[in-house]
Amino acid sequence: MKVTRHILAYEVKDLFRSTWLIVYAAFYALLTAGLLYYGGGGRAAVLSLINVILTLIPLVGLLYGTMYLYASRDFIELLLSQPVSRRALFRGMYAGLALPLSAAFAVGVLVPVAMFWSTIEDAGSLLMTIISAGVALTLVFVAVAFVIANVVEDRVRGMSIAIFVWLGATVLYDGLILYVVNVFSEYPLEIPVLVLALLNPVDLARIILLLNFDISALMGYTGAVFERFFGTWLGIGLSSLALLVWLGVPLVLGLRRFRVKDF
Amino acid sequence: MISVRNLEKSYGRLKVLRDLSLDVTKGRVTAVLGPNAAGKTTLIKCILGLATPDSGAISVGGVNVAVDYRYRESIGYMPQKATFPENLTAREVIRFLQDLRSAGHDYDTTLLRDFEIESDLNKPLRSLSGGTRQKISASIAFLFNPRLLILDEPTAGLDPRSSSKFKDRILQFRSDGGTVILTSHIMSEVDELADQVVYLNAGRVAFEGKPREMRERTGTDRLERAIARLMEEVVK
Amino acid sequence: MKTRIFLAIAGIILTAAPSAFQVTARTIVVGPEGDVRSIQEAVALAQDGDSILVSAGVYHEPTIEIDRSLVLHGQPGAILDGDTERGLLLVTAPDVSITGFVFRNVGVSFVEDRAAIKVDAGHNCYISDNRFEDTFFAVYLAKTSGCTVARNTIIGRAERQTAAGNGIHAWYSRDLKILDNVIRHQRDGIYLEFVEDATIERNESVDNLRYGLHFMFSDRCRYVDNLFQYNDAGVAVMYTERVEMIGNRFEHNWGSASYGLLLKDIDDSRIVGNVFLDNTIGIMAEGANRMEVADNDFEANGWAVKIMANAIDNIFSRNNFVGNTFDVSTNSSRAYSSFEGNFWDRYQGYDLDRDGVGDVPFRPVRFFSLVVEREEPALILLRSFLVDLLDTLERVLPVLTPESLVDQQPRMRRVERTTPRHQS
Repeated sequence: MKVTRHILAYEVKDLFRSTWLIVYAAFYALLTAGLLYYGGGGRAAVLSLINVILTLIPLVGLLYGTMYLYASRDFIELLLSQPVSRRALFRGMYAGLALPLSAAFAVGVLVPVAMFWSTIEDAGSLLMTIISAGVALTLVFVAVAFVIANVVEDRVRGMSIAIFVWLGATVLYDGLILYVVNVFSEYPLEIPVLVLALLNPVDLARIILLLNFDISALMGYTGAVFERFFGTWLGIGLSSLALLVWLGVPLVLGLRRFRVKDF
Repeated sequence: MISVRNLEKSYGRLKVLRDLSLDVTKGRVTAVLGPNAAGKTTLIKCILGLATPDSGAISVGGVNVAVDYRYRESIGYMPQKATFPENLTAREVIRFLQDLRSAGHDYDTTLLRDFEIESDLNKPLRSLSGGTRQKISASIAFLFNPRLLILDEPTAGLDPRSSSKFKDRILQFRSDGGTVILTSHIMSEVDELADQVVYLNAGRVAFEGKPREMRERTGTDRLERAIARLMEEVVK
Repeated sequence: MKTRIFLAIAGIILTAAPSAFQVTARTIVVGPEGDVRSIQEAVALAQDGDSILVSAGVYHEPTIEIDRSLVLHGQPGAILDGDTERGLLLVTAPDVSITGFVFRNVGVSFVEDRAAIKVDAGHNCYISDNRFEDTFFAVYLAKTSGCTVARNTIIGRAERQTAAGNGIHAWYSRDLKILDNVIRHQRDGIYLEFVEDATIERNESVDNLRYGLHFMFSDRCRYVDNLFQYNDAGVAVMYTERVEMIGNRFEHNWGSASYGLLLKDIDDSRIVGNVFLDNTIGIMAEGANRMEVADNDFEANGWAVKIMANAIDNIFSRNNFVGNTFDVSTNSSRAYSSFEGNFWDRYQGYDLDRDGVGDVPFRPVRFFSLVVEREEPALILLRSFLVDLLDTLERVLPVLTPESLVDQQPRMRRVERTTPRHQS
C-alpha cells in the first residue's frame, strides 16, 4: 500500500506539472461559467453541460488514459526494475491518473457553480449529481483505457481502439438501441431497453442525470417505468452495481494483463 | 549469484530465447555478447522480471524471480536508453525512488559526484541532454548499494572522460565483492571489464568462458576479431 | 337572553299576525345553548326570505333539506359534521344562500354522489366563504341556473379515484359562476357536465387525483386566471365548443398520461395568455379544431404541444416556447394546423433585416419526437449524442418531419407579456 501511495503521489505531481490537467480543469470551468452566464442558470445551461460531460469525459478518459500509459512505458520499466510489485504499481498508476482527472473535472465545475450558486435552481443536488456522474465516468473510462493500453502494444492502434470504444459507447451503442426499438416495436420494450441502457455506462449516467432534469418528459408511460425503476432501491442498487462492474471488470482485466506483460 | 535454467521466451511467433541456461558467478563481471537480436536484452529483462519467460526458471541469490519481487532490492539496473518522466527533475526522481524502497538505506552518491552533474539535478529532465540522462541513470543504478548490477549498453552515450570514470566505478564495485552483468558492443570495454564472457546467438549460448579462452579458441589476439570469428562459425 | 326574547316576540307575531306581515324577513338564531338547537329545527321554523344565523358549535344532524328560500350563515366556529355517513345540506329551493360554515366528514359513498351541499334544481343559489373538510363531494349542483360558488376552501382527502368525489360538481346547469375557490385533494377539482355559460375565475385547483378542471359537453364557458397545479392530469376539456381559456396557469402536472391541458373534440375555442409550466404535456390536442392558441408561455414541459392528426385548422401565434424537451410533436406526416410568429428558444436562424422576425423558417418538430411518438421506449435515448446528431441532420435535410409544419415567421425575441396574471 505504501508503494501504491508513493506512485500515486508521484503521478499526481507529474500531472500537475503538465499544463494538460490545468487546461482540462480550466476548460470545464470556462464551459460551465459560460453556460451559466448566458443560460442564466436555467435548465438549458445545465442540460448543455450534461451533454458535454457525457461526450467529453469518456473521450478524455480513454485518450488520456491510453496516451499516458504509452508515454510512461519507460518509466514503468524503471519502476519495475525496482523492488515494486506489479499490482502495487498498477494500482498507483490507475489512481494517480483517474483521481487527478476526476478532481480537475470536479473543481472545474465546482468553481463556476459556486460563483453562480444563487442563480441556479436547486444548486446543491445539481452539483452532486453532475459531479458524481462525471467522476464515475472518468473512473470507468480510465480503467477501460488501462485495458486497451495494456493489451495493445502499438500505440497508434491503441489510440484508434480507444477512439472506437468512445464512438461505440456514445454513438453506436445508442444506434443499436434505436434499431432494437424499431425492429421489435411490437413488443413491450421498456425493460429490455432499460437493461440495454444499464449495460452502457454512458447511457446509465445520462439516464440518472435526466431523471433529475428532464423529469417531465420522462414521466410518460415509458418514463414512468424508468422512473419507477431508478427511483427504487432495487434500481439504485442495480445501477450502482452496473457502474461498479464497469469499473471492476476493466481493472481486473487490466491488472491481469499488466502482471504478465513484457516490458 | 544468478542461475538461469532452460529459459524459453518468444514474442509472438518470434523465438527469442531457446533453452538458455547460464550461471553468473558472484563477485565477477559477466559480459553478455552477441549480434543484434541475439536475445541479450530479453535475457536481462527476464532476470529483472520485466519480461515473463514462457518456461524455465531464474533465481537470483537463491530466490526464484517469478515468486517474489523483493530480490530486486539488491539489484541496480541501468537500461539501454535512459528515459524519465519529462516534467520532473532528477532530484525528484531520485527522491521518488528512495521513497519507493524501504527506509534505512545509506545512499551511494559517489557516481553523482564523480560525474559532476549535481547542478543538473534540479533542472527538469526534459531539458537535459542524452548523455546527462545516461549519467543520471548510471548513478541511480549505484544509488541503493546493490549487490548485483545489471547494465545494458552502459557507456553507449557517455563521453570518454565519463565513460572512464564509470568503468573505474564498476571495477571498484567488483573489487568490493559486487556482481555485474553487462551487455556491450564496445569490445575494448568488455576486454577491460569482463571476467567472463557469454556469447549468445539466436537465443542460445554459443560460447561461455573467460575472454582469454575465447581468444584462444578462435585463435585471434583481439576480442573483436574473436567475436567476428565466432559469428562466422555460427553462420557456418 | 336577547335571542329568547326576540324569538318570543317573533313567535307572537308569527302566530298572531296575518300573512301580510311576513314581507319582513326574520333571522332565526341557532346555537348549542339556545332555544333552537338544530339547524333542521330552524329551517322548519323559517319561511321564504328568512335568515338562519348559526352560532359556533358542532352540529350533528341528519341531512337537512332546505326547501325554502333561506339565507344560512355560519358564525366563526359553526361546524356541520356528517360523522362520515351522510350528506349535510340538500337544497331544493331557489335563492338559497349558504355562507360562513365549516362542513366536514361527509364520508365516502359508493352508491350515491354524497355531498356536503347538494343543490337539486335550486336556482340562483349562492354558496360562499365556506370551508369543506373531507366532504367527498363538496358542492354538487344538479339542474341549476344562476348559481354562484365563491371563495370556498375545499380540502379533500382523496387517495383513490374510485373512493373520491369532486370539489365542485355541476351537472345540467346554466349561468354558473365559480370564483376564487381553493380546492385540494379531490378527484376532479371542478367538474362540469352539460353546463352552459359558466364563468370560472381565479380558482386554485391543486393536488387533485384526476383533473384540476374537467369539462364535458359544456359549451360557451369561460375560465380565466385560474391556477391548476400538481393535478394528476391537469385540465381536460372534452366534447365542447366555444370555450375561452384565458390567463390560467397550468403547472407541474406530471404523470404517465398527464397534461397541462387536454383538448378532446373541442371546436372554436380560444386559449390565450396562459402559462404552461413544467407539465409532462403542455397541451394535448385530439380532435381540436379551429382553435386560437395565442400569447401563451410554454416553459420546461416534456412536450409543449402534442397535436394529433385529427386536430385541424388551429392557429398558434405569439406563443413563447422555452426550455421544453419537445416543442411540438405530432403523429402525422402532414400539418393541419399552422404556426406563425412564435418564439422558439431552439431557433438558430438569423435576422439580417432586423425586423425581429427570423429570416429562415423554423421547424418545431424534432426528428426524435417523431421517433418517440412511434416507439416510446426510444425515450431512453433522450439527450444522447446520437439523437442530437440525428436531430441536427434532420434540421439540415428534413426527411421525416412534416414539411408544412413550419413557423415561417419565428420571432427572434421572447414575446413580452404586459397583462397581469394570476400569481401562484
